[in-house]
Amino acid sequence: MIQTLHKLWRNHGGLHLDYHKEDSNAAPVRHLPMAEELIIPLQQHSGYKPTLTVKAGDYVYKGQEIASHTGFMKVPLHASTSGTITAIEERPIAHPSGLSDLCVILKPDGKDDWGNARMPTYPDPNQVDGEILRQRICAAGIVGMGGAVFPAAIKLNVHDNIPIEALVINGAECEPYITCDDRLMREKPLEILRGVQIMMHIIATQRCLIGIEDNKPEAIAAMQAAREELGDQRIAIIPIPTLYPSGSEKQLIKILTGKEVPSGGRPSTIGIVCHNPATARAIYRAVVLGEPLIDRYLTITGKGVAQPCNVEVPLGTPIQHLIAHSGGYTPAAKRLAMGGPMMGISLHSDQIPVVKATNCILVSDIPENEQQPALPCIRCGRCAEACPANLLPQQLYWHSRARDFDKAEQYHLFDCIECGCCAYVCPSHIRLVDYYRFAKAEIRTQRDAKTKANIARERHDFHQERLERAKREKAEKLAKHKEQAQATTDDGKKAAIQAALERAKAKKAEAAAQATTGETTE
Amino acid sequence: MIFSKRTSPYVSGKQDVSSIMRQVLYALIPGTAVLIWYFGWGILSNLVLAIVLAELLEWGMLKLRQRPVRPFLSDYSAVVTAWLLAVAMPAFSPWWLIAIAMIFAIVIAKHLYGGLGYNPFNPAMIGYAAVLVSYPVQMTIWPAPVDFSFVHIGLGQTLQHVFAGSIQGWDALSAATPLDAVKISLSLHKPLSEIYATGQFGLLAGQAWEWVSLAWLLGGLWLLWQRIIGWQIPVALLGTLALIASVFWLIDSQAYASPLFHLFSGAAMLGAFFIATDPVSASTTPTGKLFYAAGIGLFTYIIRTWGGYPDAIAFSVIIMNMAVPLLDYYTQPRVYGTKQGLQG
Ligand code: SF4
Ligand code: SF4
Repeated sequence: MIQTLHKLWRNHGGLHLDYHKEDSNAAPVRHLPMAEELIIPLQQHSGYKPTLTVKAGDYVYKGQEIASHTGFMKVPLHASTSGTITAIEERPIAHPSGLSDLCVILKPDGKDDWGNARMPTYPDPNQVDGEILRQRICAAGIVGMGGAVFPAAIKLNVHDNIPIEALVINGAECEPYITCDDRLMREKPLEILRGVQIMMHIIATQRCLIGIEDNKPEAIAAMQAAREELGDQRIAIIPIPTLYPSGSEKQLIKILTGKEVPSGGRPSTIGIVCHNPATARAIYRAVVLGEPLIDRYLTITGKGVAQPCNVEVPLGTPIQHLIAHSGGYTPAAKRLAMGGPMMGISLHSDQIPVVKATNCILVSDIPENEQQPALPCIRCGRCAEACPANLLPQQLYWHSRARDFDKAEQYHLFDCIECGCCAYVCPSHIRLVDYYRFAKAEIRTQRDAKTKANIARERHDFHQERLERAKREKAEKLAKHKEQAQATTDDGKKAAIQAALERAKAKKAEAAAQATTGETTE
Repeated sequence: MIFSKRTSPYVSGKQDVSSIMRQVLYALIPGTAVLIWYFGWGILSNLVLAIVLAELLEWGMLKLRQRPVRPFLSDYSAVVTAWLLAVAMPAFSPWWLIAIAMIFAIVIAKHLYGGLGYNPFNPAMIGYAAVLVSYPVQMTIWPAPVDFSFVHIGLGQTLQHVFAGSIQGWDALSAATPLDAVKISLSLHKPLSEIYATGQFGLLAGQAWEWVSLAWLLGGLWLLWQRIIGWQIPVALLGTLALIASVFWLIDSQAYASPLFHLFSGAAMLGAFFIATDPVSASTTPTGKLFYAAGIGLFTYIIRTWGGYPDAIAFSVIIMNMAVPLLDYYTQPRVYGTKQGLQG
């Protein structure tokens, strides 16, 4: 039924997992009642924090900017609904170490009133200059919604010297349990494809490859139907084999194009730009409808929640609210994570809000074999067999554990995408990825410390040099002065030298006399 | 509600060390059964003795090294070592011979190097090599294979032999293994056809031995199918052995045994599927495994044909164990997005 003539490439490794997609993908997306309070963390993307433009007590309209975006790697933030800012304070955020960060607390007034916060629309984006569209995408606060939260506008800023061969849309959704992209592709395929067309216009490419794992036949069909409707021959919907982690950006690019993103490089260096379907849709809404990014599709699932489902909720909705509207926790609920079971991050509280990166809330139990202690590595090589980056995970583990970070880097630590395949298959149950995260963090801190030290040293050297220069200049001045003075009193100088010579002579004689008595002058 | 803070991945595969080791033990059953069929209670006494000793030694060493006993004792790795040794040793081995082998295997080769996962050498092969070098006579004498032989030598007699020394009539039952027989005859410049005519040989290799080898092969294929082991080691080992044997056999089929003889006698099959595949002491990269196993095949042929010992799997494995660090280093796979394996 679904056919493709597109050639596919194979990656190394990968796993067939238990997907549990059917737990949540059957029903259409739900819209929940508004939460009592929205918690909107200021920092929602990779890059720099935007600057707050509201204060406690302000009334804001839906879509109104609450933090602005002047500067590189900054993306603005908008109110998810209308209401009053009750506080701006530290709240726990979604972070592996359970950190808190500055959040805007918004009490909805229930009106969901846009006021005049909607941005001007571009009904026909093809007539608009790409740069203007890019600025709009930035102003709408759009970031990669697959979890990486990289500012979308920056990803779309391609260099003229590398022509973009293809736009790749990552509809693989390879993590178990997560089905929000699946639902989005089924429910809003036209909006996604219109967003795709806008991106193609911006990066001036004539080809778009949309990769979707073949365990989502409905999504593939819906997207193909939408493509027929648009009649855009440049766009190809390509089913790919279901094999974790095909939805990792680098892996998907290899599968669809046969090209590898160079180590340490970006896809654009090989003429590829990669985005997520949700990002494409957000771009459509920002450009054509003038709506900033203030809500998203996400999956609530796992053994620990009574009614797994997909929802579309305003950013800032507390997780607890989502759980409460999904039938609440079951007795199996032991672990809360944002993201999927392979790469998600643990949450220590359900007071944490939904952010732009939140594609899934996973409430799971703790499998039995996790309660066993890790055994030593038996060098079985299963981890290397499973690694999609073709690394040698047990060597990375060995060197990370021994804090031999140079060696770990030699074994390409930074090419590890932290997909978790190695830890999944390890028969000794070693928490391999934890060691890599630790090593990467250590290396980064060391590098930071080094740069800081370098800057400090440079500053110090500069300071030192300035002091020396000042001294030198002073000395030179003084010397000049003296010279002038000397020139006038040459006779006096001769007399002075004579006197000094005599003084030295006398001292010498005195010292000699003392030496003969065997005493020191001290 | 308190949530677990463990980091991802939150799911894990079904295999663990003990399940892998258990599967290896299951795969050893057919070969062991055929051995018992032909050689009687002696194999069983080897097995029981070796396993009991291995677990005792393992327990003792864990205590001495102040390691948690439970997770390690239940990983079955010592049982696998014991089992491999038991089926490699001559049937009816005296208890002290097994004990010496086990001490070398578990205490020296395994725990003195740091225990499970840290031993550079295959423990079973160290144990085997130690007794082979020290007691060559006892190690090359096997009872002649007899159908239903366990009826021949009863359990009581077996125990008497194992614990109290030789039983009456033992010499009549003992014989050299086919590998040994071929070696001795060839050294006397007898053509192979004459040796084969003695009736000690079956279709492929030694009578009984070829059936044992087939049973090892069966277990090995099952391990492959269960993905407990990879194809690289058995294929490269048997392939290399067969290839070299073919070359010499084609040159002179009277002076060099056939490739089938090499594959189906001695410990070739056992070695290819169960011994060389020991993950801890083998090379870990796919290419490294090919070289590692090819090396074992090569050395096996050399030692069998021109060396001082009839069988050579143990020595070949130990030799190649030494090459593993080098092999692992130079056979790193090419990492995604890079030109070659190693950086800098
Ligand atoms: S899978 Fe685990 S035990 Fe096997 S080599 Fe990798 S780290 Fe070691
Ligand atoms: S987490 Fe890293 S080392 Fe492990 S399989 Fe994934 S990419 Fe390879």
